[in-house]
Amino acid sequence: MAEPILSVSDVNKTFGGVKALTEVSFELMPGDILGVIGPNGSGKTTLVNAISGFVKADSGQVIYKGKDIVGMPPHKIADQGLTRTFQVMRPYFSLPAYKNLIVPMFSRRARRTGGWRGGGRMGSRDTVAVDILEEIGFERESYVPYKMASSLPTGYLKRLELARCLALRPEIIICDEVFSGLSMSEMASMVPLMEKLQMEGITLIMVEHRLRELFRLANRVIVLNFGAKIAEGTPDEVMDNKEVKEAYFGSEEVYSYV
Amino acid sequence: MAKQHEGRRRERLDRGIKVRSDGVYAVSSWREMMFLVGPRLLLIVGLLAMPLILGGVPYWQKVLTIICIYALLAIGFDFLAHYVGLVSLGGALYIGVGAYVSALLNTEFGVPIWASIPMATVLGGGICTLLLWPCLPLRGVYFAIVSLMFPLLAARFIEALDIFGGTDGIMGLDGFPNKWSEMYVLIICLLLALFGLRRLVNEDMGLVFRGVKDNDQAVKASGINITYYKAVGVFLASSLGCLGGAALAHIYMWAGISQFALDFSIIPIAATVVGGGGTLAGPVIGCLILVPVSELLRDFGTLRIAVYALILMAFIVFKSEGLMSYGARKYNQFEHWVEI
Repeated sequence: MAEPILSVSDVNKTFGGVKALTEVSFELMPGDILGVIGPNGSGKTTLVNAISGFVKADSGQVIYKGKDIVGMPPHKIADQGLTRTFQVMRPYFSLPAYKNLIVPMFSRRARRTGGWRGGGRMGSRDTVAVDILEEIGFERESYVPYKMASSLPTGYLKRLELARCLALRPEIIICDEVFSGLSMSEMASMVPLMEKLQMEGITLIMVEHRLRELFRLANRVIVLNFGAKIAEGTPDEVMDNKEVKEAYFGSEEVYSYV
Repeated sequence: MAKQHEGRRRERLDRGIKVRSDGVYAVSSWREMMFLVGPRLLLIVGLLAMPLILGGVPYWQKVLTIICIYALLAIGFDFLAHYVGLVSLGGALYIGVGAYVSALLNTEFGVPIWASIPMATVLGGGICTLLLWPCLPLRGVYFAIVSLMFPLLAARFIEALDIFGGTDGIMGLDGFPNKWSEMYVLIICLLLALFGLRRLVNEDMGLVFRGVKDNDQAVKASGINITYYKAVGVFLASSLGCLGGAALAHIYMWAGISQFALDFSIIPIAATVVGGGGTLAGPVIGCLILVPVSELLRDFGTLRIAVYALILMAFIVFKSEGLMSYGARKYNQFEHWVEI
């Protein structure tokens, strides 16, 4: 039995009187894709924030590679190899797309693990940055990597968020709604991309509203409602769960009244 | 950016020479090389020649040194505000700390002037950074308010505790050997700071600064300690201010609480508005205009504040991009009307 790379146990978080997370626990095996679903306001983003250090959990443990990371600042957690995308895409608008990747590549982790030499003069980092962007679907021949980030459409911005994570050479990426706001064709090209990341050995947590695409990708899914985990299992198991159906579609009694 | 105008609009296109000098051809032609180097050369030669042009008028030579000190503050402000995302109103703090550190080193420890100014630059920058360190997580207007408080606080502190000479200040500093060294030291420092910062913001480290400005959350998620980089940014900007302050103290041969005056916080911002934010050279041009204007208006007493305010207002309303951005656009692009 392999060791879990990330294990979250009994994490609680309250904002004032609102219980955003109650006793949430799950384990994540290396190489898995874990889906996190739930209705709006069910605490998905708070869970992401609590794991990545952007908010501090009130109690509970987040063990990443044998180390409790609760209370560590976000940049230290990212330095360990656990990074995240943001739901609201705000790239570095004043820079061209490929220069956006120079920022994570300047971090200690990227310099430690990256395949490029320190110093980074003579444009060597720029080359690596463009390579990463090309891998993730920025067409080099039409100069998309060189365009200003402020002029890119949503589909590219979502990819740019992912590319910014990849430039850090992470082990876990937490994707906060990568599919939201994309057109059908953009989504269709995003699915193989996520599969490719999994093939490269990156463990993924995907917080999603788009269940159809998520269920094609995820090995396991956890369902949150009102801050608590109400179900866990393979996509099929989760969809058959009565509580999940109630959370998503309302209880059967409601329908019977209609 | 084209303006709607009854069936036709104004179109802006890059000049041919601008496009050519972006490419490798620039090195093969004097014309393209001059196009690139010209404006920079104009600034460098212009500033270096200024003391000679003003040769006969000691009063305006004094004004020139003051311009340089304000310009050092202004490019520091522009760098912090437009490349690190910290709007700092602490210009007076930097000047005051630089002046006092240099004065103490010179009078108490007998450090000669050529060593006390560089030491005050580095030490003063360190002191300012330590003072502002707890405020670094603040953003936007909150950082501005807190940084504005520091110079006021420092002046009251010295006054109330009667330390460092109290309200009299520290007197008897060594002056510069002559007025030429006074001017040229400042002008050369200004040019080095300007081109150094220009270079830095396009290096990899500069990109991190600009990342912090655009989206600090994403920089944190990239495994970079943003507080550290903000501190480095504040250190660079405050060192420039302390350099100016130390020079000022040696020019007046005196350091006192009037060097915490709010002019040092406000004029750099006004100069940045006039010259164009985010251009680094713009604030220098802004200072070259604003400081002489305020000297010329000295006869009008308090009325000069009104004239000053009018200039600022006119710039904010009619040319909010600032002179430098406007000039660069005219230099690089031409406009013509096209039928729609």
